[in-house]
Amino acid sequence: MNERSELLRVEDLKVHFPIYGGVLGRKVGAVKAVDGVSFTIRTGETLGLVGESGCGKSTTGRAIIQLQRATAGRVFFDGTDITTLRGKALRRLRPKMQMIFQDPYATLNPRHSVGKIVGEPLKLQGLMRGKELEERVAELLKMVGLNPAFARRYPHEFSGGQRQRIGIARALSVNPKFIVCDEPISALDVSIQAQVVNLLQDLQEQFNLTYLFIAHDLSMVKHISHRIAVMYLGKIMELTDRNTLFEDPLHPYTQALNSAVPTPNPALERKRKRFILTGDPPSPANPPSGCVFHTRCPLVIDECRTQIPELREIFPGHFAACHLADSKGSSKIAL
Amino acid sequence: MDRILEVRNLVTRFYTLDGVVHAVNGVSFDLRRGETLAIVGESGSGKSVTVLSLVGLIPKPPGKVEQGAAYFRTEQGRIDLLQLSEEELREVRGGQIGFVFQDPLSSLNPILTIGEQIKETLTRHLNITGEEAKARTIDLLAEVGIPDPELRYKAYPFQLSGGMRQRVVIAIAIACRPQIVIADEPTTALDVTVQAQIIDLFNHLQQTLNMAMIWITHDLGVVAGLADRVMVMYGGRIAEVAPVDDLYERPAHPYTVGLLGALPRLDSKESKRLVSIEGTPPDLLIPPRHCPFARRCRFAFERCWREMPELTPLGPEHRVACFYDMERGGPRNE
Amino acid sequence: MAFDNLNFSHEPDSLLDKERTWGDRVRYLARLLWRDRSGVIGVVIFLSVVAAALFAPWIAPYDPLAQDLRNSKQPPVWQEGGAWDHPLGTDNLGRDILSRIIYGARVSITVGFFGVIIAASLGMIIGSIAGYLGGRVDSVVMGFINLLLSLPYLLFVVFIAAVLGRSLLNVILIFGVTDSPIFARVTRGEVLRIRRSGYVESAICAGARWPYIIVDHILPNLIGPLITLATFEMSAMIFYEAGLGFLGLSVPPSIPSWGNMLAAGRKYLTSATWIATMPGLAIMYTSLGMNLLGDWLRDVLDPRLRRSRR
Ligand SMILES: Nc1ncnc2c1ncn2[C@@H]1O[C@H](COP(=O)(O)OP(=O)(O)O)[C@@H](O)[C@H]1O
Ligand SMILES: Nc1ncnc2c1ncn2[C@@H]1O[C@H](COP(=O)(O)OP(=O)(O)O)[C@@H](O)[C@H]1O
Ligand code: SF4
Ligand code: SF4
Ligand SMILES: [Mg+2]
Ligand SMILES: [Mg+2]
Repeated sequence: MNERSELLRVEDLKVHFPIYGGVLGRKVGAVKAVDGVSFTIRTGETLGLVGESGCGKSTTGRAIIQLQRATAGRVFFDGTDITTLRGKALRRLRPKMQMIFQDPYATLNPRHSVGKIVGEPLKLQGLMRGKELEERVAELLKMVGLNPAFARRYPHEFSGGQRQRIGIARALSVNPKFIVCDEPISALDVSIQAQVVNLLQDLQEQFNLTYLFIAHDLSMVKHISHRIAVMYLGKIMELTDRNTLFEDPLHPYTQALNSAVPTPNPALERKRKRFILTGDPPSPANPPSGCVFHTRCPLVIDECRTQIPELREIFPGHFAACHLADSKGSSKIAL
Repeated sequence: MDRILEVRNLVTRFYTLDGVVHAVNGVSFDLRRGETLAIVGESGSGKSVTVLSLVGLIPKPPGKVEQGAAYFRTEQGRIDLLQLSEEELREVRGGQIGFVFQDPLSSLNPILTIGEQIKETLTRHLNITGEEAKARTIDLLAEVGIPDPELRYKAYPFQLSGGMRQRVVIAIAIACRPQIVIADEPTTALDVTVQAQIIDLFNHLQQTLNMAMIWITHDLGVVAGLADRVMVMYGGRIAEVAPVDDLYERPAHPYTVGLLGALPRLDSKESKRLVSIEGTPPDLLIPPRHCPFARRCRFAFERCWREMPELTPLGPEHRVACFYDMERGGPRNE
Repeated sequence: MAFDNLNFSHEPDSLLDKERTWGDRVRYLARLLWRDRSGVIGVVIFLSVVAAALFAPWIAPYDPLAQDLRNSKQPPVWQEGGAWDHPLGTDNLGRDILSRIIYGARVSITVGFFGVIIAASLGMIIGSIAGYLGGRVDSVVMGFINLLLSLPYLLFVVFIAAVLGRSLLNVILIFGVTDSPIFARVTRGEVLRIRRSGYVESAICAGARWPYIIVDHILPNLIGPLITLATFEMSAMIFYEAGLGFLGLSVPPSIPSWGNMLAAGRKYLTSATWIATMPGLAIMYTSLGMNLLGDWLRDVLDPRLRRSRR
């Protein structure tokens, strides 16, 4: 893995949404959806991004592929800063980075046929038309396990899993290098989730794709990712490879998330001691001072309320943003 | 252990303009006092319609409970829920049988405070004064883990988070100390952390109140730490029913095997390829004369396309509707 | 588990394999129409009113203004003293009520049609700007629109009508302007929804420019809800126009309109009820039909509901 080249570098990314209020519509505050996020993804790698809903995962993904302007920070793709691109330069970059969306019901225009949906990116990029386009669409549909005759049908005629396959075929049409998968399986039944995850893995192998895989379900993220970043209130709490994240998590929040994942093993489940977080995450419009997790952290110390913990490299390749995190295990929650 | 609910040969259909939807096709099961029965299956397999049929919540038309019986044992004796009048059912719902649905917002009234809504359930089903009901409401809010219950009594549903709302719905469900609580995908819309909170709350409530519970989900992962027995449904039929340990250790129906294989394993270091069930769920407009899973089953053989497998016992509590014997690796002997 | 290496066979869904022909589509549309019979009734009623308005001179048995004092207050045929020469009877001046109702449809349809055109155009422009630009512009514009919508609508209309005086153009303008906020609000909501919808975002990801997105994604998805709304609003305008007429605030009394007929019949409510009830029934008939039509359009124009099977 290490010898692979870096494809994407995110540096101190911030996305703040202004809140307007009052009769005059003045700015009265901001939702700090993403508040200083940094990481890198290597070619052919899958980076998992997990966290509770509202923590800023989608906004991060959208800011990376330039669907959302960043308030601050930079995103390097293949070595160039793409946050400064505009107009034609940006449109030319688009096909290299694609997105698969969470809601397969909303992402396909209900008035377009499947063929038009899958072929649209190729047509917009002026890469293909006519017969050639039709053949490519058929090939793409086959690639994602759909009948090529489906090209004439409309999205409402398909089940959730099939629609997600259509979305994947569309994203793949322009031979992207990098795909943001924004909770592509959350809306699907568990049995269908496996189909889609297998498909994504097969395609990754076949085309050497790089994924940012966003989810709130840790077990699927562990299954598909090489490394995982844990997000909370717009910040990264911990970042490491997938096995370490589950076997030796440093950050108290990661430990809590792990503890919340059910295991499909009744005997284990009965013996299991869990630490269950109480309450809900605070609002990103008014995040807590110091460590953003301090209102729910069982290990909180005075320092946490005032000092913001930096994301530090505790072990090689293992980053955590906690004052207590060290190599001696001071940040472990005792069960 | 005594049975508090016995469902026999339940058949529910929907008469729609596209045709007759065969949603539930002869389902029989028991629920015992104090146990948790999980009903598992992909969406459209008839889980919700099964339990809604029991308490008269099927929209009629287009729905119709065609046949069956559901014997509910109460202090007053044994009654068939399917024979009750709408009036009597209303007594049972919220009284002896409590409900928790997937979307808490749709089961709460947006213009009433949560306190008023819980109080209303109490005064409707129990013979108590407003004062008493208010005190009980505040106790209930505390019981389901809502902080500052006196303060939250006056809150409106929109002022609460998803997890808190689901707690309010649970408070309403357990307000009258029901003997059965039916929870239809109560955590599907929630984050894992909140899901863990809610499961924990249910486990706790069940121990203190000794109520029986039916928990509906499409995720076998959630069921392991929660259920005593599991009933797997496919195409409006029971595919397999077994005690929870049996089901995970010795799944006997190819569909159950598929559902389990679809779950990623956190306990293994190597990430193995998931086993997925290819294909799509059956079309319930066509009543199958053969095993409904045959089209997607990799063990299917000639008999599966000819006959409908009936639920047959494998062990004392383990029953499966399949002609194939996984343990031996060949057709099952009769 | 012992089953890790097994993989279930995948067989394409045979039910979806069939290709769809034009015959299938026509059959499907017919079934859709038959399924919603109230929709068919709505279409028929609406078309009948439009036809009456368009072809009034050819359909109407009499000149709507022709007085015949000898035959005044003749009851409709089904009442005693009625006759087939005036099926719905005559009014106090002996004018044929049926002819007046047929001609009255012209005023109603004109007001409804042009009123909606103006309201929809204004509303769409304002709503699209607010929805498209978003942010501060949006909150200021929508604040103003919500303020307008919170005014007591009818009182507002009556006031303007009283100030501007009686003419067809004035009525159309009043309705067009006062009704535009509703269109603005719906347009803005839809534009916002469609802009944030997954398919617009994925079009951006595919490198689409804004003109393409507006033409190919936003407009086609906007048209359905707006047509539905227009139907309901047109029905409301026809109703309100009659109301204004009844108060003597709509078109001049010389023009046959349902509202004017109602107003004229008011005096004879005890002696010759049909003079007021006939135009009243015409208003009810139209409004019922248009509401049925609107309900039907709402379903038909929403592709999400147009599913043949699941
Ligand atoms: N366009 C927007 N305008 C204002 N606030 C937004 C917008 N998009 C997202 N947010 C807010 O930003 C936060 C993070 O949202 P999101 O990135 O969607 O979270 P996640 O994907 O982790 O659930 C949330 O509080 C959300 O309400
Ligand atoms: N009101 C209804 N009208 C028509 N069909 C319905 C209705 N409710 C449920 N069904 C059908 O009954 C079947 C079973 O549904 P349900 O019990 O809700 O499944 P699930 O297992 O997901 O809870 C589905 O095919 C569904 O389409
Ligand atoms: S910095 Fe403090 S509050 Fe934050 S996670 Fe570490 S111990 Fe908990
Ligand atoms: S009966 Fe046959 S088709 Fe049905 S599940 Fe068993 S082996 Fe498969
Ligand atoms: Mg998201
Ligand atoms: Mg259901």
